[in-house]
Amino acid sequence: MSTTSPVEKKGAAVATYADQRLGSNKFLARNLGKVFPDHWSFMLGEIALYSFIVVLLTGVYLTLFFKPSMVEVVYNGSYVPLKGIQMSEAYASTLDISFDVRGGLLIRQMHHWAALIFLASMTVHMFRVFFTGAFRKPREFNWIIGVVLVTMGLLAGFSGYSLPDDLLSGTGLQIARGIVQAIPVIGTWAAFLLFGGEFPGNDFISRLYSIHILLIPGLILALVTLHLIMVFTQKHTQFPGPGRTNENVVGYPLMPVYMAKAGGFFFIVFGVISLVGGLISINPIWIFGPYTPDQVSAGSQPDWYIGFLDGALRLMPNWETSLAGFTLSWNILIPALILPGILFTALGAYPFIEAWVTGDKSEHHLLERPRNAPTRTALGTMSISFYLLLLVGGGNDIIAIAFDLSINSITWFLRIALFVIPPIVFVFTRRICLGLQRRDQAKLLHGYESGRVLRLPHGEFIEVHEPLSVKELAVITSKKDIAPLPAPEKTDIDGVKNKKFKSHSRRAKLSRFFYGENVPLPSLAEIEAGQAHVAHDASLEAPLAAYEDADEIRTFHGGVLHHPGMPETNTEQAGQNAEH
Amino acid sequence: MTDLNPHDGHGSQQAKLGHSPVADVPHVLRVTDTDPKAARRAERQVASMFVLSMVLVVAFVVAYWTIDKSTNVYIPVFGEVGLMTIVLGLTSGLSILLIGAGAIQWAKKLMPDVEVVQMSHELVSPEDATAEAAANYERGKEESGFARFKIIRRSLIGAMALFPIPLVFLLRDLWSSPVSGTLTPDEILSKTIWKKGERIVVDATYQPIKPEDLPVGGLVSAVPASMNEVQEAEGNLNARGKAAIILIRMDPSEIVSQQGDGWDYQGILAYSKICTHVGCPIALYEQRTHHLLCPCHQSTFDLANSGNVVFGPAARNMPQLPIGVDSEGYLVAMDDFNQPIGPSFWERG
Repeated sequence: MSTTSPVEKKGAAVATYADQRLGSNKFLARNLGKVFPDHWSFMLGEIALYSFIVVLLTGVYLTLFFKPSMVEVVYNGSYVPLKGIQMSEAYASTLDISFDVRGGLLIRQMHHWAALIFLASMTVHMFRVFFTGAFRKPREFNWIIGVVLVTMGLLAGFSGYSLPDDLLSGTGLQIARGIVQAIPVIGTWAAFLLFGGEFPGNDFISRLYSIHILLIPGLILALVTLHLIMVFTQKHTQFPGPGRTNENVVGYPLMPVYMAKAGGFFFIVFGVISLVGGLISINPIWIFGPYTPDQVSAGSQPDWYIGFLDGALRLMPNWETSLAGFTLSWNILIPALILPGILFTALGAYPFIEAWVTGDKSEHHLLERPRNAPTRTALGTMSISFYLLLLVGGGNDIIAIAFDLSINSITWFLRIALFVIPPIVFVFTRRICLGLQRRDQAKLLHGYESGRVLRLPHGEFIEVHEPLSVKELAVITSKKDIAPLPAPEKTDIDGVKNKKFKSHSRRAKLSRFFYGENVPLPSLAEIEAGQAHVAHDASLEAPLAAYEDADEIRTFHGGVLHHPGMPETNTEQAGQNAEH
Repeated sequence: MTDLNPHDGHGSQQAKLGHSPVADVPHVLRVTDTDPKAARRAERQVASMFVLSMVLVVAFVVAYWTIDKSTNVYIPVFGEVGLMTIVLGLTSGLSILLIGAGAIQWAKKLMPDVEVVQMSHELVSPEDATAEAAANYERGKEESGFARFKIIRRSLIGAMALFPIPLVFLLRDLWSSPVSGTLTPDEILSKTIWKKGERIVVDATYQPIKPEDLPVGGLVSAVPASMNEVQEAEGNLNARGKAAIILIRMDPSEIVSQQGDGWDYQGILAYSKICTHVGCPIALYEQRTHHLLCPCHQSTFDLANSGNVVFGPAARNMPQLPIGVDSEGYLVAMDDFNQPIGPSFWERG
């Protein structure tokens, strides 16, 4: 081409240079134009990724100043109230970062805020993936990676929170040590090995440091990379809409639109975290004071993501058994180890459980609307309500003070609510989903209600229905009607006994539970009949629209339509009659 | 039910309705597509955001050099805050934010906003690739003789199972017993530095305490008098974490029971300060009910009644320390605790 600009030539030269060494053009040819679908909820995962990058950047900065040591020193920095006080080097260097390094507090607060945002966005991203069925085949592995990432995120958060060795974080570690110590058989030794002896010892901060800055972030980084590679090769799922199928992706190409949007969004997340870090104080460790195992402040609260575990610890009844000279602390084992173990295992296994129950082996690239999978959606909200009740339990002392309630009654309420409320939430959600399905069915059959009531010449009143938009039609009809698995036969046609009868009938029952009450989409004939009806309504309304002030009529919503020029009220009509 | 996999088919009817081509939705042109002036305006907006971002970086540098790091300002809602943190956060945050806002404005206003359709390539590998992979696997299995050499296979599995054991052993010296390597963790956890005649001193001032110093209803956090020396010698806070106690005084007639006969001194009782649930120190004491409440998980102990658990997740009584007075009239311990303090552990029994 004769009009090639110098910039383009340069670009081509760079691409060629790189290609001759990396063979990169094949990749670029395929992927620069790669299409990504657009939806606001797809940004949740992006927020998680970007806040993690901010955590890494700010974290590296903090390592330049932080001293992960429990050696006792006398503080002599510029924060006057703590001058001359004995504290660990870890705590002293955190004070230095906060008061003597210019911008140090900004970076520290950014690091903490970004970590909180990282965990929150991962959680909400996981909700989105769950409720839209994005974890279904072929994305089950990526779901598991996601669950592991959330777990790693929790560990990363807790280990970082514990490093400054202030009174609050030290109390958190003391609790952690109490939990480790409760593990049957090996607990006492595990706690001693972990802490280098008794609590708090001299070693733990430096041990935790390498876990916090090397082991966990290394794992997260590796898993995030894998997570993204899988999103890239499997292509992103998309919400149903016009032209969107299981076999295509509708959206914007990576170059230039997505590059600009996603790249720009990174800077937005980064910028917002900087603003929050600069403006909103978080974890003011100088107020708590240095750690000592015989002090604690009232209203001790962990960061929000640990809240559910703390809540479980608070709500658990005080069960403990002594057996042949050994102790089993159920009051710690159940809330702190068994419960989270079950929760995270169930979370990771869910895609496989659902696939087994539904017998679904097909690939899914089109997201499912939450209402179209009522049982899944209800299981999700049920679990969330369980989690939230535990979280509320983690703040029972704050609630008791704020609302002047008895902490004992709050605790008892929550103990019972944990078993009562989630099932109620399950039933409600499921009914709401099924109701929404019926609503969709009605929309397909009758169009949507315009709110315009029409009086026909013979006196009948009708409400005019309008056809659905192309978009809405596409979204509603994206629903797949899936029949529950059939009940198995005891014997096959040849009379051979079905060995798996029990497991198959259990599965068929679960499948009926999962799909049984779904409202099927109407047939095409029914939809067409409905559309004909809508068209008929429109034809009845047509003469009205033909009047000269038709515009006024069309914008008229609700109430009764009158022929323009006709009397509005009885009095008016009487007057008109008198004139004639 | 003949359709064994109901997920394969959408009925063709739905396919027709649901999968109408993108072209069915009319594409609405933006102002910037039709009006060159609007496009120029958008261009200026984007550029000015980038320019403002640069200005803010300059502002950041200026603030870094000029603001004194100890200056505090009062801002409503936020309270008394460090000026430097706020200004550095605002300037750097906004400068970064504006780069992002500019890029997104650019994409939304000036880059094409027509959605494109791309067909997915099939995720599943073509059959010949699958066949080749299977053949490679079979060949590997055959050539290595993994299936044939039973003894190699079994010994390999054994070796693989055993090789991490040294790694586990290497963790053993994360802790070694301080006293000539003889004490086990549970023995260490079962002892504190309290002993007969050890004076009880106030935890912050190390003042010894006379019974008359403590009024009825009063509470004092206390440690052994030798705490400082032990702490210096050991170089850590371990001893303090176990020996911390609280002293409370109540009318002797209000004491319902205690863990040992005459373990109080004229209504003064000494209890461990470390919660028997997961080890938080406790100091929330309500003198009217004699209840001691843990601020971490709200375990509540009745100190007038042997430190029994009256509420919450703790399973064990608060251990009591027997006390008396020495020849000079100061409060002293009469013994160590008769049970391990703090959270339960496996060997505790």
